[in-house]
Amino acid sequence: MSSATSSPPSIRERLNDSWLWYSFKRDPVAQLSLLVFIFMVAAAFLAPWISPADPYDLAQIDIMASELPPFWVDGSEPDYLLGTDSQGRDMLSTILYGTRVSLIIGFGAVALQAALGVCFGLLAGYKGGKIDAFLMRLADIQLSFSTLMVAIIVGALFKAVFGGVTYNTYAVPLLVLIIGLAEWPQYARTVRASVLAERGKEYVDAARVMGLSSVRIMFRHILPNTLSPIFVISTVQVANAIISEAALSFLGLGMPETQPSLGSLIKSGFDYLQSGSWWITLVPGLVLVILVLVINLLGDWLRDVLNPRLYKG
Amino acid sequence: MALLDVNHLDVRFALRRGDVQALRDVCFSLDKGERLGIVGESGAGKSVAAFSLLNLIAKPGYIANGSHIVFDGEELVGLSDRALRRIRGHRMSMIFQDPMMTLNPVLSIGEQMIECLKAHRRISKREARKVALEKLQLAQIPAPEARLDQYPHELSGGMRQRVIIAIALLLDPDIIIADEPTTALDVTIQAEVMALLLDLCEKQDVGLILITHDLGVVSQVTERMLVMYAGRVIEQGPTREIINNPLHPYTQGLIQALPQMATPGSRLNQIPGSMPSLDKLPSGCAFHPRCPFATLDDGRPRPGCRDQVPPLTGADARQVSCHMVAENKPVQADQSAPAKEAH
Amino acid sequence: MIAFLIKRLFHALLVMFVISLIAFAIQDNLGDPVQQLVGQSVPESERDALRDELGLNDPFITQYLRFAGNALHFDFGYSYVFNQPTTEVILRHLPATLELVAATTVLIILLSVPIGVYSAIKPRAWLSRFFMGVSIIGISIPVFLTAIVLIQLFAIGVSWTPFPTDTGWGQWLNDLVSTNGGMPAYGRGDPVHVLGTWYTNFASIKGLSYLILPAVSLASIMLPLFIRLIRAEMLEVLQSDYIKFARAKGLSPQRIYFLHALKNTMLPVITVGGVQIGTLVAYTILTETVFQWPGVGLMFLNAIERSDIPLIVTYLVIVGLIFTITNTLVDLIYGLVNPTVKLTGKPA
Repeated sequence: MSSATSSPPSIRERLNDSWLWYSFKRDPVAQLSLLVFIFMVAAAFLAPWISPADPYDLAQIDIMASELPPFWVDGSEPDYLLGTDSQGRDMLSTILYGTRVSLIIGFGAVALQAALGVCFGLLAGYKGGKIDAFLMRLADIQLSFSTLMVAIIVGALFKAVFGGVTYNTYAVPLLVLIIGLAEWPQYARTVRASVLAERGKEYVDAARVMGLSSVRIMFRHILPNTLSPIFVISTVQVANAIISEAALSFLGLGMPETQPSLGSLIKSGFDYLQSGSWWITLVPGLVLVILVLVINLLGDWLRDVLNPRLYKG
Repeated sequence: MALLDVNHLDVRFALRRGDVQALRDVCFSLDKGERLGIVGESGAGKSVAAFSLLNLIAKPGYIANGSHIVFDGEELVGLSDRALRRIRGHRMSMIFQDPMMTLNPVLSIGEQMIECLKAHRRISKREARKVALEKLQLAQIPAPEARLDQYPHELSGGMRQRVIIAIALLLDPDIIIADEPTTALDVTIQAEVMALLLDLCEKQDVGLILITHDLGVVSQVTERMLVMYAGRVIEQGPTREIINNPLHPYTQGLIQALPQMATPGSRLNQIPGSMPSLDKLPSGCAFHPRCPFATLDDGRPRPGCRDQVPPLTGADARQVSCHMVAENKPVQADQSAPAKEAH
Repeated sequence: MIAFLIKRLFHALLVMFVISLIAFAIQDNLGDPVQQLVGQSVPESERDALRDELGLNDPFITQYLRFAGNALHFDFGYSYVFNQPTTEVILRHLPATLELVAATTVLIILLSVPIGVYSAIKPRAWLSRFFMGVSIIGISIPVFLTAIVLIQLFAIGVSWTPFPTDTGWGQWLNDLVSTNGGMPAYGRGDPVHVLGTWYTNFASIKGLSYLILPAVSLASIMLPLFIRLIRAEMLEVLQSDYIKFARAKGLSPQRIYFLHALKNTMLPVITVGGVQIGTLVAYTILTETVFQWPGVGLMFLNAIERSDIPLIVTYLVIVGLIFTITNTLVDLIYGLVNPTVKLTGKPA
């Protein structure tokens, strides 16, 4: 215990790294999850090169080949491995492109909320006083509304302000903004909690005595010591952001059907459930679940290994 | 026949990398009304010994086969939880180290006392309340009636420990096991609480097993004592004799490290090094790496120390486990206290 | 008690003030009552006169005070789409949502407490591992997807034939893995009238059958969260000294687990539960959309699609009010259950 806190962070991190690697080698669930995750990310970002068709290219769409089932169901065609949707788009291709959109928004939103949350959290924890009270009250209110609720409201407002067409054109950056704005409090609270724990320690006092500026102390000295909780919540938050995006898209507040994410694929397929074409909605649904599940499993594993004191609630 | 007879007590913790032995071959006994001290550094196994008596060790820990704990003629090892519950809190009760953590924060003092009485006796709530009140008075708690309806956080640490003593006395037990009962208290209150505990045990003729690292307390309160090191008993006997004439080099070190043993102005005498962790015990005598006598005057290692575990030798009343003591006479032999030949 | 109450009430008022400011800002910038009143054909000069008359050219503060004053009387104007006072529209849709939430809450409480407690008491049992595995999968499935799968399985039905159909046992196994469907999955059916705008699904078996799939979907997303939370808290509590002391007192395991441990476990669960009410409301929007459940969530979504600004604003304010009231209540309950919170102001 005492050796971990008194030694410089670089050694501690290296120690963490080796421990991380050690427990990773012993955890088949974590290995499988990482493997699946890397596979899905690679497939999604290689979509323009590996997918059989370009779902954005209207010329490639054959409306006559609509609602074909996937390969294991009678009536399928070998050209369309996972079948086609109601407009005759190849499901495999739309899913690959859709996963890419979901991942871009997920990572983008987490990058934004992490930036916001880390800055606010450092500020609140380090400065204390009124700034702290104000930011944490704001975080409380937002969290009591739930992040999804805030995202839905902000999404609805953006749509009302910009109008449907503009909203659809800039859907990706807008969704990143919406989810980023909605979910920063998680980061802020966690970072603030670790800052409060770190603030009293000698190395911070030493840095202050040496006359370093507070910005420098916060980012160069305190932030590195709060990295492991940030790392852990980041995994969970990516999963959350992907689910939030899917939910918004499902409600019609997200990606348009012409540039679908996994959520909007599920939404557009839902109308065809009653007609028996379950795969249009359930296959992208399954992909979404697997993606989120492996991220959550990795997050669980990381939390168990790094075991940071996360902010509860 | 002693009231409590502990023989060859082995406690292990089943960890993923294999069993770790927390207690090895611990033997002692306690007569009715007797006060026994168990002394050692933290990690020596004192608390494990205390908790294992009522089989209260936490999950990966277990009492190994071949251990015997005989209480009032009944073997406790292997007894069902239901049967052990009859004894816990009833015939043997416990006092824990930190009174701030021992009482349940969401239940009133009264509830926590009455439930204990009701668990062991057919008794009405009203009568139970009366008994509880009586015991609170016994523990010299001011305004006991009001305390019953208060919650733990409303009391000070010392007051809480008095409440816990009252709970331990609720069912007039035969033995109280007190695990560092004053360590967590303010220094000023420590003596008060200890005096109260001693006084009550004497008056009610209750046996006391006092677990502590404080030799001073042990010498004031107990009649006999065990010294533990790395899961083993290394010395045992009448408290006065051990304090006056410690045989084991470790016990000698402990006594020399007491502040009152040092000449004013000089440094305290410390035993060099620290206790080994239980899963990395040195070979032979676990104390040999810190022992000044493990090396002979000419620099050679003393035979036995590094490769043989010294057995506890001596008469029942005064035993020590040390190669040097076994091979010749006590180091700083004070012949005035020869081992008693009792049996 | 009084001081605590006043502090909580002040906090609640502050939150409502912020919400009303946001709501007013939306109303002020997005809603144009003139357009709504007179339509496109009226000339600009006439519109301006009307604006003056309606006080739309007054300073911001004046307009906000008027808005807040009306809001205190639950007067948020008329819905564009329904042409009725927005509060009436919401009041008509509210019972459906409240009944869905009530059914879900009952499911969550009945299942999460025993499962969470069990898997904390026996963390190594295979059943506990099973519950933990299912709960992490449950967290990873978005609520609308659970709803869709449930519709496919129990409303539409699935006939799988992985086993040979020409033998008796094969057919029997096929029947076993297939589902019949036929469960109602759209709307509320014919709820029974109770009073006012309150129609209930709880009064008949048929009514309840409409409630099953939506309530199960909604519960499926919240349950894993609560199971994991209760388990984690209980595991921590079971490590504490006061549990060891309770054991040393010779109490029965039942009393130790269900009084000593559970009471301490539920304290943090109550707080988190309060926060989760917000999440629950958000999920009702999704669930109601899938099942076309005619509650306020579906109404809100339709209002967004049709840019029915007054209705959106009213929904925000009322949902905000519900959050604030429940959060305040949760804090009060927490204070009542937890003796270390000084509600009474009695000196320690």
